[in-house]
Amino acid sequence: MKITGLIIAILAGALLIYATADFPGWGDAASPASTHVSPRYIEKTMEETSVPNMVTAVLADYRGFDTMFETTVIFSAGVVCFILLRVFGSEEPKESLYRHVLTGVTIRVRAGGEIPPDSDDFERIDVMWTPFDLIIKTMCRILIPFIQLFGLYVIAHGHHSPGGGFQGGVILGASIILFAISHDLRTALRRIRERIDALLCATGVFIYAGTGALCLLLGLNFLDYAALASILGVDPITARSHGIFIVEIGVGIAVMATMIWIYNNVSSRGKYDEGL
Amino acid sequence: MIWQIDLAILTLVVIAGIGTIMVKDLLGAAILFGAYSFMMCLLWSVMGAVDVAFTEASVGAGVSTVFFAAAVFRTTRRTKD
Amino acid sequence: MGDLIQLLVAKYNYWIYITLMMIGLYAMIAKNNLVKKIVGMNIFQTAIILFYVSIGSKKGGTIPIIEHGHGAAGSHVVHAADYINPLPHVLMLTAIVVSVATLGVALALAIKVYERYNTLEEDEILAQIREK
Repeated sequence: MKITGLIIAILAGALLIYATADFPGWGDAASPASTHVSPRYIEKTMEETSVPNMVTAVLADYRGFDTMFETTVIFSAGVVCFILLRVFGSEEPKESLYRHVLTGVTIRVRAGGEIPPDSDDFERIDVMWTPFDLIIKTMCRILIPFIQLFGLYVIAHGHHSPGGGFQGGVILGASIILFAISHDLRTALRRIRERIDALLCATGVFIYAGTGALCLLLGLNFLDYAALASILGVDPITARSHGIFIVEIGVGIAVMATMIWIYNNVSSRGKYDEGL
Repeated sequence: MIWQIDLAILTLVVIAGIGTIMVKDLLGAAILFGAYSFMMCLLWSVMGAVDVAFTEASVGAGVSTVFFAAAVFRTTRRTKD
Repeated sequence: MGDLIQLLVAKYNYWIYITLMMIGLYAMIAKNNLVKKIVGMNIFQTAIILFYVSIGSKKGGTIPIIEHGHGAAGSHVVHAADYINPLPHVLMLTAIVVSVATLGVALALAIKVYERYNTLEEDEILAQIREK
């Protein structure tokens, strides 16, 4: 199999290298990719949408359909991970491990046995447990609000600096994943429950498609944000800028919820009892 | 584009890519994949694609590596090839 | 021979992208471990994204963000030759996010395969299937 793979890779590589003789040189301003529709995007972005970041304007306004279906793809990936992995077992695990804090003794409780009452002397631990580390827990608790603030900043400033909905959503999701890694998966699940996470994911897609349908109801085409000028009370150009912002918020919420959902399902193998 | 920086980062990218598929430890492959992703991000920011570099830094070198490490943790770490 | 050297110097970057793509393709076909195959798929995807982004670059162009957009000189004329092409960047943003979604689904499938067959090597899985 390895020899076959090597031969196939070398043949395909040779074919592609033979085809590079026709490619435009690197940095050519007259290449076919830069001549047909992109000069119009570059020149008309500021006067039609008043958004300085061309990539955000093209992503959310000129090519808004692609982004809507991309958000749907993200949402369906989260749903597929949930369907594949999630195991709704009974609430009683087969055996659970408790640790007496003062002496360090570990107790293994079988199913149907006596679970110690909810007191501060006993704590529930995972199978692969590491000792309490003050530095990691404290530093993560300090860092996580700043990471979330940065994520919100990236979403809000997508118009003027590199960033936008996707990047900010991934940063927000990464902050919750950091919380689940540094503390326990159960602690993170107490903060963001599974049901709320799934609902947030669907809400993000709904905001995007809902804005498009709202534009349809107000008289213009689907996802033509100039129709929002009558609701928001501004001129159509600024309405397009605000429409891009609303849509980016929807994308950010959907991406954040999906990252948390996929991490929860993959790292606990669907059982939601112990994580990384 | 300064071609010296481009060539250096491209070489590092190819080395990281070959290293990722050659190591016998799956956790090492996941970490090398994070390094490969980060080198790609540098390459794109040198080329001027700042949005793409931002996305790859947060998605590839961040969340993707964590997914790999979580999956390796839940299955097995050794591999024969 | 001089012609070939000329070609190599002019288009060396495309050759390196093709090398990366072939590394990913080889890993997807020839490796036995499922996680290595998934890594090969991701290498292939990022190599293609690199190829697309490099098409959009222009000599002497700056990043695709109009500076002083809302300032005093807000209505100055924008020339297309000053900025690099933003269209491949937009398409590749979608591609990166779709690649991470595909990675999540592929890892979920790998975990399910491991739970069923207790191994991640392809030849051992095929042997177990043939025994039944």
